[in-house]
Amino acid sequence: MNSLRNLIAVLLLGSVLAIASPARADDAPDPFLGLASESFDEVASAIAGLAVSGNPQAAATIQALQDETLFVGPAGDDAPPILIKTDAGFIDARTNKPVADVNEDDLVPVKVNNAVRRAIEAAKGGLDLFAADPALRTKAAEQLFVSHDAAAVPLLARALEKESNPAARTVMLQAQAAALLAAGSGSDAERIAAIALLRARGDVESKSLLQSLHETSKPVADAAAAAISSLQRIEQLWSVLQSVFYGLSLGSVLLLAASGLAITFGVMGVINMAHGEMVMLGAYTTFVVQQVIRAYAPGLFDASLFFAIPLAFLVSGVVGILIERCLIRFLYGRPLETLLATWGLSLVLQQAVRSSFGSSNREVGTPSWMSGADVIGGLTITYNRLYIIVFAAIVIAALMGVMRGTSLGLRMRAVTQNRRMAAAMGIRTPWIDALTFGLGSGVAGMAGVALSQIDNVSPNLGQGYIIDSFMVVVFGGVGNLWGTVVSALTLGIVNKFLEPIAGAVLGKIVVLIALILFIQRKPRGMFPLKGRAVEQ
Amino acid sequence: MTIGPVSGSLLYLNGVSVSFDGFRAINNLSLVLEPGEMRAVIGPNGAGKTTMMDIITGKTRPDEGQVIFGAETDLTRLDEPAIAALGIGRKFQKPTVFEPHTVWDNLLLALAGDRRPRFTLWARETSEEQDRIEEILATIRLGDLRRMRAGDLSHGQKQWLEIGMLLAQEPQLLLVDEPVAGMTDSETAQTADLLREINRTRSVVVVEHDMEFVRALGVKVTVLHEGSVLSEGSIDHVSADPKVIEVYLGR
Amino acid sequence: MNRFSTNLCIALILGGAAAMALLNLATAPEFGLHVPTYAVSLVGKYLCYAILALALDLVWGYAGILSLGHAAFFAIGGYAMGMYLMRQIGTRGVYGNAILPDFMVFLNYKELPWYWHGFDNPLFALSMALIVPALIALVFGYLAFRSRVSGVYLSIITQALTYALLLAFFRNDMGFGGNNGLTDFKDMFGLRLQDDNTRVGLLLASAIMLVLCLLVARYVVTSRFGRVLIAVRDTEARTRFLGYRPESYKLFVFVLSAIMAGIGGALYVPQVGIINPGEFSPANSIEAVIWVAVGGRGTLVGAILGAILVNAGKTYFTGAFPEIWLFALGFLFILVTLLLPKGVLGLLQSKRQAKPGESKP
Repeated sequence: MNSLRNLIAVLLLGSVLAIASPARADDAPDPFLGLASESFDEVASAIAGLAVSGNPQAAATIQALQDETLFVGPAGDDAPPILIKTDAGFIDARTNKPVADVNEDDLVPVKVNNAVRRAIEAAKGGLDLFAADPALRTKAAEQLFVSHDAAAVPLLARALEKESNPAARTVMLQAQAAALLAAGSGSDAERIAAIALLRARGDVESKSLLQSLHETSKPVADAAAAAISSLQRIEQLWSVLQSVFYGLSLGSVLLLAASGLAITFGVMGVINMAHGEMVMLGAYTTFVVQQVIRAYAPGLFDASLFFAIPLAFLVSGVVGILIERCLIRFLYGRPLETLLATWGLSLVLQQAVRSSFGSSNREVGTPSWMSGADVIGGLTITYNRLYIIVFAAIVIAALMGVMRGTSLGLRMRAVTQNRRMAAAMGIRTPWIDALTFGLGSGVAGMAGVALSQIDNVSPNLGQGYIIDSFMVVVFGGVGNLWGTVVSALTLGIVNKFLEPIAGAVLGKIVVLIALILFIQRKPRGMFPLKGRAVEQ
Repeated sequence: MTIGPVSGSLLYLNGVSVSFDGFRAINNLSLVLEPGEMRAVIGPNGAGKTTMMDIITGKTRPDEGQVIFGAETDLTRLDEPAIAALGIGRKFQKPTVFEPHTVWDNLLLALAGDRRPRFTLWARETSEEQDRIEEILATIRLGDLRRMRAGDLSHGQKQWLEIGMLLAQEPQLLLVDEPVAGMTDSETAQTADLLREINRTRSVVVVEHDMEFVRALGVKVTVLHEGSVLSEGSIDHVSADPKVIEVYLGR
Repeated sequence: MNRFSTNLCIALILGGAAAMALLNLATAPEFGLHVPTYAVSLVGKYLCYAILALALDLVWGYAGILSLGHAAFFAIGGYAMGMYLMRQIGTRGVYGNAILPDFMVFLNYKELPWYWHGFDNPLFALSMALIVPALIALVFGYLAFRSRVSGVYLSIITQALTYALLLAFFRNDMGFGGNNGLTDFKDMFGLRLQDDNTRVGLLLASAIMLVLCLLVARYVVTSRFGRVLIAVRDTEARTRFLGYRPESYKLFVFVLSAIMAGIGGALYVPQVGIINPGEFSPANSIEAVIWVAVGGRGTLVGAILGAILVNAGKTYFTGAFPEIWLFALGFLFILVTLLLPKGVLGLLQSKRQAKPGESKP
């Protein structure tokens, strides 16, 4: 398809030039003449011709055409005048000189259709090949590579003559190779060299261009086939990397949701079914913070998450301490009752949020620094996913730091390992219980800030994560933070690799069933704590 | 795996080791018990006494070593119910009875017999079973409390009920973990009598801290330390052993 | 186990259902004590929930297995019945296809999926309502109990099981009607579902099945098997060292319980007229747990009482104060676990009795 279109373009260009040449007795044909034609095809060819001509007025003229301010005057003995309408009056497109006494009624605008627009785009790209800034030149060459329009071949040749910047030169050579291949021109040797250039470039466009070729000569076809399979391998590699990235991102979400649970369930052994609601409270805190910022300090919006993170920690943490003091402490040693009571609590919290914020989704905005994406090779990295991965890493590192490095962490571990001994040593165990539970809940709240960026903020937010979170903690081995990390990331990546094969929902079902089977084989998870103490 | 070289032994442990997270709870432990023997096993905390019982009863798998019951039954390949069915009964350190059930029902459930659901679902109490329960109630001196909820018994009564349940199981070998912990002196003396009486028909391994009680039993003593046998012999022999004195008094 | 309260309960269920039947069919709507048909179906629904609660009490109260996925067995029983009812619609559906249910025509199915065959036969459908939950419970329970998964871990994987089923049944290509489930039923066993007689018949059938399940459950828990089961619940290690295999006991009672739940679901669907994947949602299973907790865990009768009380409350609250219902349910969970660990029945029963149903943490 492409090659055919380009072939036609080349032929047309040739014919236009052929027709145009006798009209002027001067040395060079008039590159502006075709613009006066009533045939869209001829106008398109003329644009291409103009772009190659190196005429200093080419850029302004083509721009005027795009702005639809280009007009054709009545043809006299000479070629018809081509005029650009400006605020100050008309100027001659060929000379850039003002033209007086123009009767607007005599003028006909140069009409533009889609084919012409495409030609304009291609030509504008080509014009930048001669820009002073090498980055602009590279970009222009890149555009020509993508369009691989045969019409650009002469332009590229001319640009290459004086190009000294190596980066720009590489891309120009690639664009030239692409145009050559697309046009079906050149000798076998030239074509094989061009294929090699594309293979070295190694991106998706190179591959699809190579795949569109219909080579008749065997050596060329072989080279193309070899290049395609090499590019496909590279592409597969990138897609694996992309899946790993998506998997890490999903794993980080799971990790964030589960990290608080790894404290309350993993370390303390409390089955908190309202854990998801701690996450939900964190998400609503983010919403409230953003509402306040929108109302009083809109300029701070981009920093809203930095206010929300500590606040969410506080809100969920305080609620967690209240839950521990008012409910859970009466149920220690009765895990099934704890499960039921906290489930009831989760219903109450959901309904409380529903009553005060409504049951519909709340709009939480994304700061500008979190939107957008970067492309590295064949890998698309969206900023919000990237920042969630980073955030999860920071949260886990901080959590481990607190557990290992602070006196609070030391006391927490002492209490969970041997409550009576800890009490005998003067540790106020009830307060440590409350603070530990508060810490786990606060971490869940911070997770809520992150989840507000990728999920719907509704009263049901937490429910969607509770089963996954428990699975993550159990799969990783209860009481083992590293286990939770490995487990979350593994589940995330496995999930993302299953998705293309089985579909999102079926993939999740498969993972769930695999987890159920795994827990039945190894009830203590991947990294169990061993020893007699655990058996009791 | 080779068969135990000591012919005629009831229980044969050879080179048994097990570790938890790098900690060697049992380290190259060897022990031979003759049929009809009563053996006392003593040792400081963490010597591996309870872990040894866990290994014999199938709760814990040893990392290496042989555990042979009778002529050639390899206990390391069996689980708890299978080992119990072979005739090894176990009393826990903490008295463990079925608290919601009556004393009578506790003994009924412990009586030797078919353990499969398809049997118990249709089972009716037979007069043989009733006679046997009466017999055991007399032995453990709980006849008057047969209709009492086991959970309402005193600590000592629970210990006896548990021993009664072991008797009802009709085992060849009884493993008894700290039977007199928390008992009054008279209860302790009664328990020693009870164990001697049981020993007339069955082999018994008693794990105990209480040296007076061990002395009262008057049987061969094995001293465990750091997962292996430190000393073995009569109570007078081991109390005079300098290694034992070092372990008990030296730190 | 209190024999008197069980007998009283049986009498109340059968008497109550018979009285409702009489007051619906034999009295005119103007009569003051007339029972409208919607009330007949509502009570029928409660009785189906009571069967589910009974099934749950059997495993939770007597074997210590807190299943957070029991509504899945109920829903599967319901789907088996729903499939029969769908096949009964025949050409009366919107698309008039004699073989394919409407949703299949809509989703461009060319022929009936293999697992839909046989469901035009009511006996086959009814046996599937028992066999499929039993098989799932058998496989799941075998794996779980053999590897000694217990306590909270077991609860969490039962919840994951029903969650996985929920996700699966939401999928259109599972062939169970996806999101919308199965509905628009016309008749069963040749009787129009909308007829008062059919409704009353379903109520009586539910009452009789509930009583049968209660009698079976009572036999099981009072047998020697039941005493072993309670021993397993409280002191699993002890039973194992006595030579019992706790996993066989748990597996038997888990499968029996799944069958009962399936029966409940099969009776539920014709009375409410719809079955959809929402029935699999983990929240439903946990709600069933609170029925048992409210009535009194490990008493059988308490489970029935709790199911009827809580659901009557739900009907009232969701009608009168929909905002408050979740608050009420949530606080019910909290208050019952904190203040009423033995449930309403435990409160009523005297303290001095031997109570095999009493739970240990």
